[in-house]
Amino acid sequence: MYEFVSGPLVWISFGIFFIGCLVRVISYIKGLDWAKDRVAYSAKGIPGAVKSIVYWLFPFGSQAWKDNPVFTIGTFVFHLCLLGIPIFLLGHNILWDESWGISWWTLSDSTADWMTLIFFVAAIFLVIRRIVNPNVKLLTTGYDYLIIAIAAAPFVTGYMAYHQWFDYKTILIIHILAGEAMLIAIPFTKLSHFVLFFCSRAQLGMDYGIKRGGRYGRGICW
Amino acid sequence: MAAEAAVANDQNLPPLANRTPVKTEEALKTLLADRGGKRYYAELKKLDVDKEALKKTLDMTFKSRMKTWLEICAHCAMCAETCLYYIANDRDPKQTPSYKIQTTLGEIVKRKGDVDNAFMWYCMDTAWGKCTCCTRCGIYCPFGIDMGVMFGYLRGLLYSQGFVPFELKIGAGMHWVYNAQMDVTPVDYVETMEWMAEEWEEYYPGLTIPVDKEGADIMYVVNAREPKHYPEDLAEAAVLFHLTGADWTIPSTVGWEGTSLAMFAGDWPCCTQQVKAVYSAMERLKVKRYVGTECGHQHRATITEGPYWAGRRDGLPPGEKPSLHYVEWVLEVLKSGALKLDPAKKIKEPVTLQDPCNYIRNHGLTDVTREIMSYIAEDFREMSPNREHNFCCGGGGGANGIGLYRKERDIGLKVKRDQILATGAKFVVSPCHNCWDAIRDLEEVYKIGIKWSFLKPILLKQVIVPDHMKPKEEAA
Repeated sequence: MYEFVSGPLVWISFGIFFIGCLVRVISYIKGLDWAKDRVAYSAKGIPGAVKSIVYWLFPFGSQAWKDNPVFTIGTFVFHLCLLGIPIFLLGHNILWDESWGISWWTLSDSTADWMTLIFFVAAIFLVIRRIVNPNVKLLTTGYDYLIIAIAAAPFVTGYMAYHQWFDYKTILIIHILAGEAMLIAIPFTKLSHFVLFFCSRAQLGMDYGIKRGGRYGRGICW
Repeated sequence: MAAEAAVANDQNLPPLANRTPVKTEEALKTLLADRGGKRYYAELKKLDVDKEALKKTLDMTFKSRMKTWLEICAHCAMCAETCLYYIANDRDPKQTPSYKIQTTLGEIVKRKGDVDNAFMWYCMDTAWGKCTCCTRCGIYCPFGIDMGVMFGYLRGLLYSQGFVPFELKIGAGMHWVYNAQMDVTPVDYVETMEWMAEEWEEYYPGLTIPVDKEGADIMYVVNAREPKHYPEDLAEAAVLFHLTGADWTIPSTVGWEGTSLAMFAGDWPCCTQQVKAVYSAMERLKVKRYVGTECGHQHRATITEGPYWAGRRDGLPPGEKPSLHYVEWVLEVLKSGALKLDPAKKIKEPVTLQDPCNYIRNHGLTDVTREIMSYIAEDFREMSPNREHNFCCGGGGGANGIGLYRKERDIGLKVKRDQILATGAKFVVSPCHNCWDAIRDLEEVYKIGIKWSFLKPILLKQVIVPDHMKPKEEAA
């Protein structure tokens, strides 16, 4: 079982992840239409697209992030840990090194451990927000909780595996499956915002940059 | 009265509520006779949905951008606090923009057009009673989901199925029949313009209206309400062109009017017809550029969105020079010195400035109006928030004119009311017809003791008239 989940299934899940994301991005771009969208798409829109992405990629970049400081911090901490931990974890790095001979800077294990706990705090904050904020509650469905669960599962099981709770081998396999499930889910669920955030932001940035004011130099101030 | 009774009781009339746009004068008159749309709305309660046509329209027009918007919405509700209706309605969660669009367009898409009359009524109530398409929500969404644009699209779907507020069905009909938002013909318009010139000539000798002047620098385009109800607006514009030595003209054909209630109604073919009339006039007269009156939706319909309805790939209107909103022309002549204002006549009392969504948030002219304020006012107080983050006046997107949603509109006005009160100013500069109306109405409803004005009358009060342009008695 371990050989399967850490062998062929890695190929399959990463393959689905990469190809799936590529398909999402390409079909997004193909579905844009200057006449239907009423935006004269051209290279002139690139500065607007970049501005739109950059102001939102950093905490407190846009007015909206500034107006919602607690949510901004929760969201950014969640995402920084979500991406930072798996990419810079020593345990993962060793696997890359063993398989492909590549390695990069890693977090110390204790830092990664603390980050995981901080990640849990952020995740719990997001869940509580869905229950407690009346606007969010009205919009929230079971699917939203499922998405958080899919994203959190690798971290819960990873934490358990690292600390060797219960049977290590079993937990490890579950952890690997959880990670692969998340990778596979990305192109097919709302987790696709992993790539579609950039697409959608770029599109709106182009819209504002070309049609809604960008031609006059100042453009929109996010 | 007789006409209305006749409409209410006439069993021989074809249905007033239908999927056919109003394209003839007769149909327009028949619809107009139905006071307040009583019969129209009664019939609309029974109009069935052409589900096949709805699905077909979705298949043809609902693509990547909106599909993605609806799909990736993270249900974070950051859009809630951005919406004037949410705030004005005591922060009712059901006024959260995402909720509004997901339960309407989102549902139609999920059900692939398989929806019923009651559901379309809910969509109509939302698209016109709970949204002005101001697009403020879109600039606060982390994913850049523009719910205002989606409500515009939804309006198009609803209109094509016959589900549109009474006054906007009429409004689109006006544009089909008259290429103007009211029943004013080009002859009526030119006559009104020339009458105004006659009336004002004694104060401004030499004031004329250049009609159909080929090769002119500017073709001036107006809102039909001006000749019909506010002809002094036309006179003021003519005088300002005259005083600044502008090389301007007006067409004597359709294309003299640039608004588009069709845009508020979601009648896209009508939007195309309307804007093409303006561009044809520009091309026929070979003018260098368009200058529009102080109107937000005219600018949006003719200059921002218009080029796309007219099939122009570069997204720009015709003309070798950029087309201008009136405020841009004003700044141009202030900066060049063609329009000189007497600093001693600047407005002394505190004054604030409205940011009309259609050319501020949606066309970036934020700094233009502010620079103008520095010429005309001593104590200018910004609203908070302002510029592209300012709130809709509450009357946009056709809201000012829809009787069915008058109550909702009046509630929405509270946000602008409170913004104005917070500035401490009692005078609002509002260079947009709908904003001007909304602010007038908020004073009528809430009585906060304010006055409001377009730019033209303010400029005329402060302008230094060159000696050679003064009436003979004055110049001496």
